[in-house]
Amino acid sequence: MAAITNSWATRGGLGWIAILFWTLLAALPLGGLFTSDPSFDYYMFMGQAMLINAIAILGLNFLIGFNGQISLGHSAFFAVGAYTAAILMNFAGWPYWATIPVAAVVCFGTGFLFGFPALKLEGHYLALATFTLAIAVPQLLKYKLIAPWTGGVGGLILDKPDPPEMLRLSPDQYLYYLCLILAMLSFWVVRNMLRGRSGRAMMAIRDHAMAAGPMGIDTAKYKTLTFGVSAGITGIAGALSAITVAYVAPDSFTLQLAVSFLVGLVVGGIASLPGCLIGGAFIVLIQNSSQSISDWMKVTFSLRYDVPAWAIYGVLLILLMYFMPRGIMGGIETLWLKLTHRKETQA
Amino acid sequence: MKLTRRTALLGTGLTTILSRAGRAEKKYGPGVTDTEIKIGQTMPYSGNASAYGVAGRNQAAYFRMLNETQGGINGRKINLISLDDGYSPPKTVELARQLVERDQVFCLFYPLGTQTNTAIHKYMNQKKVPQLFVATGASKWGNPKQFPWTMGWQPDYHTEGAIYGRHLAANHPSPKIGILRQNDDMGNDYMDGFHEGLSEKMKKFIVADVTYEVTDPTVDSQILQLRNAGVDVFFNVTTPKFAAQAIKKIAEIGWKPVHYLVGVAASVGAVMRPAGVENGQGILTAQYLKDVTDPRWDDFPDVREWRAFMAKWNPNANVLEGSNASSYSAVVGFAHVLKQCGDELTRENLMRQASSLKDLEVPLMLPGVKVNTSPTDFYPLQSLQMAKFEGDHWVLFGDMMSLDKA
Repeated sequence: MAAITNSWATRGGLGWIAILFWTLLAALPLGGLFTSDPSFDYYMFMGQAMLINAIAILGLNFLIGFNGQISLGHSAFFAVGAYTAAILMNFAGWPYWATIPVAAVVCFGTGFLFGFPALKLEGHYLALATFTLAIAVPQLLKYKLIAPWTGGVGGLILDKPDPPEMLRLSPDQYLYYLCLILAMLSFWVVRNMLRGRSGRAMMAIRDHAMAAGPMGIDTAKYKTLTFGVSAGITGIAGALSAITVAYVAPDSFTLQLAVSFLVGLVVGGIASLPGCLIGGAFIVLIQNSSQSISDWMKVTFSLRYDVPAWAIYGVLLILLMYFMPRGIMGGIETLWLKLTHRKETQA
Repeated sequence: MKLTRRTALLGTGLTTILSRAGRAEKKYGPGVTDTEIKIGQTMPYSGNASAYGVAGRNQAAYFRMLNETQGGINGRKINLISLDDGYSPPKTVELARQLVERDQVFCLFYPLGTQTNTAIHKYMNQKKVPQLFVATGASKWGNPKQFPWTMGWQPDYHTEGAIYGRHLAANHPSPKIGILRQNDDMGNDYMDGFHEGLSEKMKKFIVADVTYEVTDPTVDSQILQLRNAGVDVFFNVTTPKFAAQAIKKIAEIGWKPVHYLVGVAASVGAVMRPAGVENGQGILTAQYLKDVTDPRWDDFPDVREWRAFMAKWNPNANVLEGSNASSYSAVVGFAHVLKQCGDELTRENLMRQASSLKDLEVPLMLPGVKVNTSPTDFYPLQSLQMAKFEGDHWVLFGDMMSLDKA
């Protein structure tokens, strides 16, 4: 784990890029004013999905990238968050916005508790333990005793929230802003935690747990807390997904979801905050584009058989990892360093 | 809200302009031009249920055949956009929105899966885009009052369950009924129908009702549990793998109950053969499709035509897979509805035509099974015939049975 570099997460001085970037994201829905493209709302929906994935990956990155604990089970926390929101909306009649903090707290609790047994496990063993979570949760949701609340296999159908009349936004633009605000909030919280004492303690544990202890860091406390916060952030993403998709079902939270978070994390860049956003966009875009590439290949080369979209997905991933072993953010950073270095020597 | 209203206005404006530009009798909805009809579909080509993906490939092959040999339907080529949702509901929502909003398809045809269709049920009806002949047997698709844009196709599990219930009640005055069912929507739908068919006073004869999960390795212990409860009429609501296990285990322990097996699992190739044909003698089921693996049907013109189609246009498919037959009859039914629309290819007219089918015969149905719909009856197929396993195939007996819901 010591090979992880902290990227720009903890360094200052680049704040203006972040501000510019978030402003750009916030301006995107305004494009609707200039276009009458009927698919604009669809793109807003894609934007929501990307932001939600980015938040979930942020939670995972907090755990893997900055604390060195591997989890293959974050789809479970995502599911808990989604179901918490869905159940509160459906049975208790709560407004959608009020369910998000509750989902975060419930997931924090679940993650914190799971953190205790996880203390005994390191590396691959922890990965396997969390793997069981990802397998078990979709099954548990169907369990007879709780099925009246979770809707069992059929899941729960929710109402999509209407935007307040005075904002004059379409529902999809509104939900995009909801996702964006929560994403900004989550990134801000994580960034501040990482810059402080707790962040340094977390990273010390990641880099050398045995050395961190004698330095006065309570490793057990930090590890369980990190697990809790990580699960809580992922839970926010889960709640948002329930609200934007307006439907939850056990089939939505399979192991494949957990793996796609991990793929997004590695592609974006481990221990990189902007990498989370890139990873979130990547996992939405790549699946759709590999399907298009497959169709395109079939037509262009007039093949008799379909090229499996998932094979293209695999090839793209391998190529990416070959050319940018530290993820897209890692690649950009290497490039940046090369460029600035060259300038310095020239001067 | 402003935006959607504006887009909606624009949309109606465009349609008026378009319809005025064309000849007077032509009326087109989104996705339709003089030369093309764009149809959308979601299918599990990957993931847990990828075995069902053969249905989408087969239907794509059928449209290819139509386009190349007959120039499409009424002179318009069919452009089927069939996308992989991996059987994951959120992905289906995303793809349905892509198809409706970006690709501007005319309708969704044969999207597959109960949960995946549930996820887009409300959306499709809000957008007023037909979600036609969905490929799932759940009973909720026939609700034209609340969901006038959604229609099922195959006989739903509820109807089939009710037919077993009725048959049982008529033939066994005081049975000890035991049920094994999959713990999901399918199992529940079958159960509700079964209860309805049994009627109130017979319900007390159910002595055991046990469930299993799709992920369980075997159902052996459930079978023992049922035998120990003294069950003599066994209602087997399982999917193929578990059905084969159950039939084998029952023979192994020398138990001989009257055995009703649901149609989902009544495949000769996938269940009866692996379980051992000698173990399956006398099992009862209900069917609506011809069993294409049975040589008895070989001389029927529709079966011949289907075989010729498969050999020429979908040569890589395995003809023993049931989906290749059921998806074929659905796509032929759909092509018929499109043809009926004539030059008035609007979404409203599509639903109108789909809900006014009278005694339509589509290929591969059992003799006597006809497609019937009306504005209040959104269940196209509702007839089934009881069959008994004898030798190495199903032997039909009794009359065509149906449950009228409308």
